[in-house]
Amino acid sequence: MNQTSQPTPQSSSLQEKRQRIVSELGAQLPKDCLLHSPEDLAPYECDGLSIYQSTPLAVALPYSVEQAQQVVRYCYQNQIPIVPRGAGTGLSGGALPHEEGILLSLARLNTILDLDVQARTCRVQPGVRNLAISEAARPHGLYYAPDPSSQIACSIGGNIAENAGGVHCLKYGLTVHNVLEVTILSAEGEFITLGSEALDSAGYDLLALIIGSEGLLGIVVEIVVKLLPTPREAKVILAAFHSVEEAGAAVGQIIAAGIIPGGIEMMDKLSIQATEDFVHAGYPLDAAAILLCELDGIETEIIETTGRVTEVLVNAGAYQVRVSENDQQRELFWAGRKAAFPAVGRISPDYYCMDGTIPRKELANVLSKIAERAEHHNLRVANVFHAGDGNLHPLILFDANKEGDLDRAHELGNDILELSIAAGGTITGEHGVGIEKLGGMCSQFNAQELTQYHAIKAAFDESGVLNPGKAVPTLHRCAEFGHMHVHNGELPFPDLPRF
Amino acid sequence: MTTQDLSQQFQAQIQEAISSKHPLAIQGGGSKAFLGRETNGEQLSTLKHTGVIKYEPGELILTARSGTPLKEIEQLLAEQGQMLAFEPPAFADNATLGGTIACGLSGPRRPYAGSARDFVLGTRLINGKGEILHFGGEVMKNVAGYDVSRLMTGAYGTLGLLLDISLKIMPSPEQETTLVFEMPAGKAIEHVNTLARQPLPLSAACHIDNRLYLRLSGLTVSVEAAVQQLGGEKLAHAETFWASLREQQLSLFKTDKPIWRISVPPTTPPLKLSGESIIDWGGGLRWLVSDNPIEAVRKAAQNAGGHATLFRNHDGIGEVFQPLAPGIQHLHKKLKAAFDPQGIFNPGRMYLDI
Repeated sequence: MNQTSQPTPQSSSLQEKRQRIVSELGAQLPKDCLLHSPEDLAPYECDGLSIYQSTPLAVALPYSVEQAQQVVRYCYQNQIPIVPRGAGTGLSGGALPHEEGILLSLARLNTILDLDVQARTCRVQPGVRNLAISEAARPHGLYYAPDPSSQIACSIGGNIAENAGGVHCLKYGLTVHNVLEVTILSAEGEFITLGSEALDSAGYDLLALIIGSEGLLGIVVEIVVKLLPTPREAKVILAAFHSVEEAGAAVGQIIAAGIIPGGIEMMDKLSIQATEDFVHAGYPLDAAAILLCELDGIETEIIETTGRVTEVLVNAGAYQVRVSENDQQRELFWAGRKAAFPAVGRISPDYYCMDGTIPRKELANVLSKIAERAEHHNLRVANVFHAGDGNLHPLILFDANKEGDLDRAHELGNDILELSIAAGGTITGEHGVGIEKLGGMCSQFNAQELTQYHAIKAAFDESGVLNPGKAVPTLHRCAEFGHMHVHNGELPFPDLPRF
Repeated sequence: MTTQDLSQQFQAQIQEAISSKHPLAIQGGGSKAFLGRETNGEQLSTLKHTGVIKYEPGELILTARSGTPLKEIEQLLAEQGQMLAFEPPAFADNATLGGTIACGLSGPRRPYAGSARDFVLGTRLINGKGEILHFGGEVMKNVAGYDVSRLMTGAYGTLGLLLDISLKIMPSPEQETTLVFEMPAGKAIEHVNTLARQPLPLSAACHIDNRLYLRLSGLTVSVEAAVQQLGGEKLAHAETFWASLREQQLSLFKTDKPIWRISVPPTTPPLKLSGESIIDWGGGLRWLVSDNPIEAVRKAAQNAGGHATLFRNHDGIGEVFQPLAPGIQHLHKKLKAAFDPQGIFNPGRMYLDI
């Protein structure tokens, strides 16, 4: 959509800007650090949310933080938008390129700089993959706790931008709980270190502020994460229920009994069927919902907790409870949950993953309303759920080749976000706002709150070169969104390209 | 338990302060008034802005107004077998939730369970424009917007007035046992960090008078297994012991000399500073009673990769907290202006120019 055969006045001006960047910034960097040809730019047109695509003027791929600094300084001096990108696995379009900007990929900064076993810390560059940290720590009996489902591929820099979560965060925390220090490149291109290897720092908690700020306040170039000792053993309990209500209530009862499971996940009927057909994990196909509950610790502890949790599950109405007998079975139980997204991909040409968080007690209520809205839009929804912390991932099934399907998927997605807010929850638990949920931000926050967010942004980046247009909508855009929303349910942001 | 919402009155008082350009000194129970620099505004008391707005044990969430006594909250949680896992010090019976979060202090459980800010999920606050704003929420995971609630934690009320706060709550452990070992400080630091590499149910570790105290918390079976593994002497009245460390009632704290709080990477060997000291947070926190020159203490902390706070017995005029690096200081000023453009909230409490 950005590449037209006939140059328009706009595209020719973009072309001029591109050429200028190539000659000026290109001269400051090694030859292969600045991509600008259409075929080189194509792979960077989107992140994990491929329904939004855009071509940047250039992609910078520095080998060193000093080169990254040169890129940021050049962009600041010339007021060129910078969109930082890690592994590009994000699901909210946070790394969607700016068509008048430079996409700064941190993928080549992928060195583990230091692993201090005694201090249980690891100093890494932003392009290091999440799982690579745990792999490096494993021989020492340590691991990095946050485990987003994309952990094989996603980078730690991106995890910080999004405050990534995962399956184990009720017990072991989100990214914000597991990072000690980050060094950022400010909008002006200065290195600033936030946090420290001590457990706290003087002054405001800028580390907490930068985590989850989606690349709008600074570009993360070095990180110190906290490592935890690997639990000795783990078991997974699989419990089947005849209703979603019972399964939801069971989670609250486990927690009220004083047990915080290592992970607790829920899947609904459609997800169960899709994954069972795909990985044959042995899930009961007649269940309305299943719970997967992981318990970790030493052997005697697990015997005790599995006993207690089983009792709670049975009392809560589980008609089948199975405890993994060995690691192989535990992994099989998890395999279904972990394959839920690709499994749904097998039963539908396309799917759209949502990410609301709700108070857990609202689960049955919200799921039944999602089902109503899905029926209204004539679409199917498969639900997987980080049940312990109320983080819901409805997968909207659609076919992009079918007229109107994508539009209806978007509308249903917006309905789901509105349902999350109405239930006292939030529009995003762990995927971030990015470009995708700007409309939802207008619903969740009022003009004064959004203005406060913009003031925070300006405190870090007055001229707005860092990832402009993401995460926090302008009031103007909210007015526009509200207007359109009220009038005929058109899609927000008509100026964005759609595929 | 009394319940009263004074948000509107606070808003009026703040708007008046903005228009008359008179600073405000926010105060809860005053239990931590000694902490930080002096600030000379008109008093804004949160003491009557009280009440638990929501407490749902199965959801692990509590929301309460800032003037609610910490003690009342802890009692309410204890009735349900739950707790504030960051084990905040109160320093007096009238300590409030607002003051606890504004000061951001955490007790002995901190290195193993997390800090005050780790458990903050949401806040309602009044900014320096007199606007009532809501950030975060009452759910465990929330990445919509910048994390203002955690920024407020430990900001000493300089960015806004906290109206109410939502916290993540944790179940209290079924069993707690404290073990004591005779050993010098250097060895204790090394030992406790080595233990922390193993999946043991550690919940506190301090070193006082040549003794290492390790607290284990969790299911009875897990604690008993760890006791078997570790040996040592079981401490009687352990709860009182940890409370007296947390509340600074040990003899070390009964002094007129400056009391320093030095936060360093936990594996840092004993600091070469004269004076009496105790070690908490598994090595991460050093309390030092010392007449050392201020600069010497700050430098020792900084060289170790940490920072030093002149916690008690200071003049309230010089800097109390470790001076900030220029880039960070610049961000502080900009953020202060972003939240409190007229500088009416607790000016100077944290740093002279904030």
